[in-house]
Amino acid sequence: MVAVQVICYAAVVVFVVAVLVRVIRYAAISVGMRWELYPVPHEKGRAAWGGSIFEELEWWTKPRRVDMIGEIREMLSEIAVLKGVWHHNRKLWWFSFPFHFGLYLCIGWVVLLVLLGIFGAAGVNLGDDLATVATWLVAITGYAGFALVGLGALGLLLRRLFDPGMRRYSAPVDYFNLLLFIAAATVALAAQLLYDPGFSLMAGFVTSLVSFSTPADLHPLMVAEVVAGAVMVAYIPLGRMSHFVAKYFLYHKVRWEDEPNRPGSEIEKRVKQALGYRVDWAAPHIQQGKTWGEVTTELPAKQEVAK
Amino acid sequence: MKGAKKANEVKPSDLGLDVEQLTELEPERLPPLPHPYQDWKDEPIPEKKKKELDTSLDGIAGLRIPRPESEAERRRAVESFVRGLDKLFSREDNWTFLRPFLLSIENCVRCNTCADACPIFVESGRAEIYRPLFRAEVLRRLAMRRRSGLARAFGALTGTNSLEPDWQVIARLAELAYRCTLCRRCAQNCPMGVDNGLITREIRKLFSQELGWSPVELHADGTIKQLTVGSSTGINKKALEDILEFAEEDIEDRTGMKIKIPVDKEGADVLVMHNAGEFLSWPENLEAFAILFEVAGISWTLSGDLVGYDSVNYGLFYDDVQYARVTLKHAEIARKLGVKKVVMGECGHAHKAFMAVGDRMWLERANIPRESALTLMEDLVCNGKVKIDPGRNDFPVTLHDPCNITRSMGIVMPQRRVLQKIAPRFREMEPHGVRNFCCGGGSGFAIMQSENFPDWRMRVSGRKKFAQILDAFQDCIGPETNKYVCAPCSNCKGQIRDLLNYYGAWERCRILYGGLVELVVNAMADVKEGFLEWELH
Repeated sequence: MVAVQVICYAAVVVFVVAVLVRVIRYAAISVGMRWELYPVPHEKGRAAWGGSIFEELEWWTKPRRVDMIGEIREMLSEIAVLKGVWHHNRKLWWFSFPFHFGLYLCIGWVVLLVLLGIFGAAGVNLGDDLATVATWLVAITGYAGFALVGLGALGLLLRRLFDPGMRRYSAPVDYFNLLLFIAAATVALAAQLLYDPGFSLMAGFVTSLVSFSTPADLHPLMVAEVVAGAVMVAYIPLGRMSHFVAKYFLYHKVRWEDEPNRPGSEIEKRVKQALGYRVDWAAPHIQQGKTWGEVTTELPAKQEVAK
Repeated sequence: MKGAKKANEVKPSDLGLDVEQLTELEPERLPPLPHPYQDWKDEPIPEKKKKELDTSLDGIAGLRIPRPESEAERRRAVESFVRGLDKLFSREDNWTFLRPFLLSIENCVRCNTCADACPIFVESGRAEIYRPLFRAEVLRRLAMRRRSGLARAFGALTGTNSLEPDWQVIARLAELAYRCTLCRRCAQNCPMGVDNGLITREIRKLFSQELGWSPVELHADGTIKQLTVGSSTGINKKALEDILEFAEEDIEDRTGMKIKIPVDKEGADVLVMHNAGEFLSWPENLEAFAILFEVAGISWTLSGDLVGYDSVNYGLFYDDVQYARVTLKHAEIARKLGVKKVVMGECGHAHKAFMAVGDRMWLERANIPRESALTLMEDLVCNGKVKIDPGRNDFPVTLHDPCNITRSMGIVMPQRRVLQKIAPRFREMEPHGVRNFCCGGGSGFAIMQSENFPDWRMRVSGRKKFAQILDAFQDCIGPETNKYVCAPCSNCKGQIRDLLNYYGAWERCRILYGGLVELVVNAMADVKEGFLEWELH
């Protein structure tokens, strides 16, 4: 069982490192052209029709009114109920929503088990009532989460197989990923229903993980459940399934990024720095061996551009 | 059938097929148009210069790529493409758009939610090569194959081994980058926020900045001419003087008003920047602005400097270097004039080039504030700074929303508030505002007039807009009622003019098009009645 524990620790490390690498990679790109797309939900009083501060006469003399509540509302509806998919691809939503909601329940299930494990290891007595509620919550999030992930992934798989548009652009890895989810959810459901219906053995295993103690033996099917879960945790951030990271940047740093560049601003400083980068593009109209600042303010000789 | 594959059967991995033509538009698959065009039949698109140009994608010559004369030439092009592909991912070479590009390339889940948002894909009868995902997926596979050892090692699993960069693949991909108007409706629909429009722009950029492949109308006759002659229209300083003199005479003929159009006026508050295409094709737009500003008592001027009298910046569509050169020139001219602000005339992409994308390029003392003429017009019309007699515009009017002004900049209501004030029979198209459909001439298409590209543009990229216009006027579609499509964008006006001509909609339905300021001046009580002329030009 120690080997299973090691697999779990390794999966968490892979997950954290892979997510961090991805976040740092996207965050490190500190400047670029403005490329927002309306509606932008933090445009106070104008988001309903997709308006911006550019609608105001002499907008630069007006305070920038940012509606963070509007932005949070939009974020929550996008994260919790997949609003965009609901509006623009209803057929997909019927599978995508249960799948994602199931994942949220599974995350909740893990968090609950970890918290219970920490309390248990620390000797905190929750009391009978709270312990009963916690037990029920673990059971509900666990069973509902596994079932929704499994069914949602199955629906997504079938849609990818039978929708000609999706099938034409799907690679084997897209099917493989969904099969992985189906397998992991099915094994988890079977293992829990058959060998640990009240989740007490799983709670014990998680307690051993958080307290770095030796766990009790588990049935091989439960071992498979844990290993499959660990594999998913490690695998998700390595590919396109980590789109939860990218989505933050695509929405907040591209689509909704409308901060104006004022003289003397940080944006201006970064752009000026970027104008010092060397340009390596090789077309005839671009001078060689010069910086962006030089290339964009000097024209190449006529014979070079006349092609 | 000229194409080797049916339009709805092509896959990204087919792009390298060794066939004379991969696919073709199938006229019988195009969706029907509304009344009275329900029986409209499109002719097949004529073939053009197949021997000289590589039209092997769909038979259309938009980019006009010469067929290579030798194997060495093919090889050099492919090697350049591969080098350019690497540069798209480099911070130094692509600091301008690296973040949205990288995020979009790496994170598409291929759910195809973008497909139904694209008017070109839908109106082509769902031809696969025009699907927003198609060209993005081609670039993605080529890029991942090159950049990721894992993707290469598991090529069969990731799909990256299905495509190799060879001449046929890159020539077709380059041409394919000019089958999307960059309207970004697909990006608006994407639940992830992936922007296939941006990927298309980056493909155009790769070909332009590394291989020197770009449409002659955008580059040699576009940005290069603008930077060297002064305007992409070829208007030099002398021609500008003649044009302005003509405009002043025309204003007097139409209204009896004697107006001197100011150029490089010292101490003016406002520098007005027009798309110089207006001067040649729609001088009434320039004249209407002059009348409006004169009556409203605005202190304004045009620039007489090279580049300064033409607000276009086609670099926005295909090339960051050319974009930056033009916008920095504009910024410098505004700074030198010492104006308090720059007002953008009715040109959508110039709005975006100056105010949104240009926000990051107008630096330090050259960061002169820029605003839209639509906002200024709203102030003049809705706050009673000019007297309005809406009865002069007593005919049906609908509004086309330029994508660059609405979806990319969020300027939605000012133009509507003006229309509500001056046009009693104003009605919306559906959908409108930030959810509008592109005119079909966006991203430079409207000026790409060579070979058989305009035939494709009329049948496919503009089809949705034409259907929307007809739908907006269904209650008065007959020729007994004059109708007006208000398009406050030079590029969109060019496309709508071509659509009305192609479909004969002026003769058949009496549908005219024009800008917003012309309607405003037509309704101004202080101006002689009849500014608007009901003839298609």
